[in-house]
Amino acid sequence: MRYSMTPDPVLQTHNLTKRFGRIEAVSNLDMRVAGGRITGLLGRNGSGKSTTIKMLMGIMRPSSGAGTLLGRDIADASECRKSRERVAYVAEDKQTYGYMTVAEVIAFTRSFYSDWDTDSERRLLRQFELPLTRKVKALSKGMRTKLALLLALSRHAQLLILDEPSEGLDPVSIEELLLSLVVAAADGTTVFFSSHQIAEVERVADHVCIVDRGRLVADTSLEQIRQDYRRITFGFSTDPPPLHFSNPGVRSVHTDGRQVTVMADNNADDVIERGRSFGASTVESTPVSLRELFLSTVKEDVHHDALV
Amino acid sequence: MILTINASSGQPIYVQLMQQIRHAIETGVLRAGDSLPGVRTLAQQLVISPNTVVKAYTELQHEGLLELRHGSGAYVSVHRAKKARTDRLRQAKERVKGLVERLQKEGLSESEIHRLVEAELFFTTTNERKP
Repeated sequence: MRYSMTPDPVLQTHNLTKRFGRIEAVSNLDMRVAGGRITGLLGRNGSGKSTTIKMLMGIMRPSSGAGTLLGRDIADASECRKSRERVAYVAEDKQTYGYMTVAEVIAFTRSFYSDWDTDSERRLLRQFELPLTRKVKALSKGMRTKLALLLALSRHAQLLILDEPSEGLDPVSIEELLLSLVVAAADGTTVFFSSHQIAEVERVADHVCIVDRGRLVADTSLEQIRQDYRRITFGFSTDPPPLHFSNPGVRSVHTDGRQVTVMADNNADDVIERGRSFGASTVESTPVSLRELFLSTVKEDVHHDALV
Repeated sequence: MILTINASSGQPIYVQLMQQIRHAIETGVLRAGDSLPGVRTLAQQLVISPNTVVKAYTELQHEGLLELRHGSGAYVSVHRAKKARTDRLRQAKERVKGLVERLQKEGLSESEIHRLVEAELFFTTTNERKP
């Protein structure tokens, strides 16, 4: 089987920063994405996802910090050209040449790549029902996205990077998009895509990186979230004592009257034990969905900023 | 067979797949030698990462329920010796039951049947041991 769980990084950033005037779009980002998996980059609009991807692709220069794409320096133009030969990229705006027809854009793009796969091209043309003779500028947003996907997926790229690919698509087209990502992964391509849609990341991704205000706030596998992340609520019959959870795995502790809620990313059993030792009369432990993790991580961030 | 998953449940998707396949084998919906969808096909069908399917299949192979054949997919294991053995034991039990009932009708006592079976067992096993 070609897919593997080996965690060789396909991209890596170290203190990557991008400033636009006084605004820091990406702040000291340390991120590492492993090969042989589907990784989702999740964040709100304006959280720095697109800027990060543009820096990785060599389209935008970092203000400071460093990064590599397939082991090559993203700040070096000739290194970038070399990594781009093995990376397929679907940009946020999905722009292609508006004056060309769909057939012309495909023929034009095909001529640049030695790894072009005509079978994939035909299959995707059928699947996406793209009108060959229509001019690109006359395509709907969904059609333009599908064309951009076809151009990226018709190559046997080692790494596929997509910037908000589902943006503006209807539910049927989103399903087709996710299916394309799964097929690419089954063919051995590493997939890295950004999104602000929690459900689609939860569905297909092996791993998720959450960014907020230009910083990485969570980096975990979806299996770990399902298996180990728990929200544990303790109820007390009197006002609870000040609780100190020194247990490893505790992400946050919130007290609300006689209820104390602990979010743990590991060792839920130890946390429950500890809560009982404080005299909790009721204990409830529930799994944490990616939505809850996302909202709580991002909310804490907002809270933290308000305090500063 | 129809597999379904719940992406937002508190259970890893590979565990959900394992449980459904295991249940199908235990209830006879899947039989020895039956094939399961390939990794690619099942990943496409459920729109989940192929790694998740690989993990479920590999774990079930470790449990001895599935056999993975390179390039041709996953099959319900035919070498499930335990299952075959219980089937054979159940059949033998029926035959022994029939014989005991016949001998009792013919007037033999419980201890006589006991002695006969033991003697026969002793005789055949000692004979077998001789070269």
